[in-house]
Amino acid sequence: MRIVVDYELCESNAICMAIAPDVFEVRDDDFLYVLNEAPDEDRREAMEEAVQRCPKQAISIEG
Amino acid sequence: MRDSITIVGASLAGLRAAETLRRDGFEGRISLIGDEPHQPYDRPPLSKQVLAGDWDPERAVLTPAEKLEPLGLDLRLGVRATGLDVAARSLEVDGVPEPFDGLLIATGARCRTLPGTAHLAGVHTLRTLDDCLAIRSALDAGADRMVVIGAGFIGAEVASVARGRGVSVTLVEALPAPFERVLGEQMGAVVADVHVANGVDLRCGVGVSSVEGEPGDMTVTLADGTGIDTDLVVVGIGVVPNTDWLEGSGLTIDDGVACDPTCLAAPHVVAAGDVARWTNPRTGESMRVEHWDNAVEQGRHAVRRLLIPDEEAEAFAPVPWFWSDQYDRKIQLAGRPHPDDDVQVVDGSTDEHRFVAFYGRQGRFTAVLAMNRPRHVMQGRGLLEQGTGWDEALAVAAEWG
Repeated sequence: MRIVVDYELCESNAICMAIAPDVFEVRDDDFLYVLNEAPDEDRREAMEEAVQRCPKQAISIEG
Repeated sequence: MRDSITIVGASLAGLRAAETLRRDGFEGRISLIGDEPHQPYDRPPLSKQVLAGDWDPERAVLTPAEKLEPLGLDLRLGVRATGLDVAARSLEVDGVPEPFDGLLIATGARCRTLPGTAHLAGVHTLRTLDDCLAIRSALDAGADRMVVIGAGFIGAEVASVARGRGVSVTLVEALPAPFERVLGEQMGAVVADVHVANGVDLRCGVGVSSVEGEPGDMTVTLADGTGIDTDLVVVGIGVVPNTDWLEGSGLTIDDGVACDPTCLAAPHVVAAGDVARWTNPRTGESMRVEHWDNAVEQGRHAVRRLLIPDEEAEAFAPVPWFWSDQYDRKIQLAGRPHPDDDVQVVDGSTDEHRFVAFYGRQGRFTAVLAMNRPRHVMQGRGLLEQGTGWDEALAVAAEWG
């Protein structure tokens, strides 16, 4: 599983950070950083929730 | 286990609920019924990128066809639920009865209209894609004066987009300060300042007595007698839940579909999104939440509720959250502040329009508001979810630096 963020769409609402702080981090510069682009399979449900709850639909999962 | 689930309302709450069912492994029939002809689309861009002309309407689609297709939904668009009989477990679609096994009501809300203006072609509301395209067409055709009636978040976003297109905007609000009902007077004034700084002619504390004229040649007359000439008018004075079709259904309607704390409205029937009213056990407040994120979360919670036994059902207890993009500012609010809560700026500065503010009352921390500080809103939301007290929340924020 690979996490892909479309930075053209991302507006740093930080919902993903609230769901999975081990994978997503919005820093003080207000930009989103993906801390782990290939989370373990046991994080899939959280990743899918992050995809659904991103207000900009900026996150996708490959594989 | 249920054989099928019927979802009425093919917008955000309904579609995300359907997707959740499939992801959870539900293999039965899922009927998704919507009264708009368009593929399910996202509403926030309608008062932002689509209205601005930056996006084609197609970009606002919620789930692209290649991802929707594999879900195997019984998707019926352009048809309307016209009645419900809960006891008989029967739904009526365009007048034709059909049985249901489990039902999710997600029919949303519609715009309140300004009395006496229904017949005027130049008066718009903004809820649907068609509404959005009508306003956009007027702007594309060269309208360069707009009056926005109601300084809520939709009105404020429309004003923002219109200013971005070079349109002269007058924003009229009956209350003394815009956003006061949601944000309180002090923070309402900060948001008002953002609009004034961006060239909006803001008229607060005055109602509208009449609107007259044809598109391109209209006059809005305020209660104080002032006349404002304009090309078009956008009315943003709130919404009403779509519950008319539920009259006589056996459900309790009380400014929304009344649900128990688990989102159950009656046996085999749940509701979610703008149309659902329930008591949030986090605060004990009866609420109906019109936010994007709530539609997603409540849609997921409610539809899962249909598939579990009563004794396993959990209450739906979110900390409500929303965002609004106005000019180059992102405004976010988590929690439910009361207009007379104490307010304290804990980071940044309101003068710079980049800050975080906490709301509290009686030792409780009730909400976090921010402009262009998304990270801290989510941290604040986490504190709210943990039920953090006021003093402790302030102590945490003091560490943010």
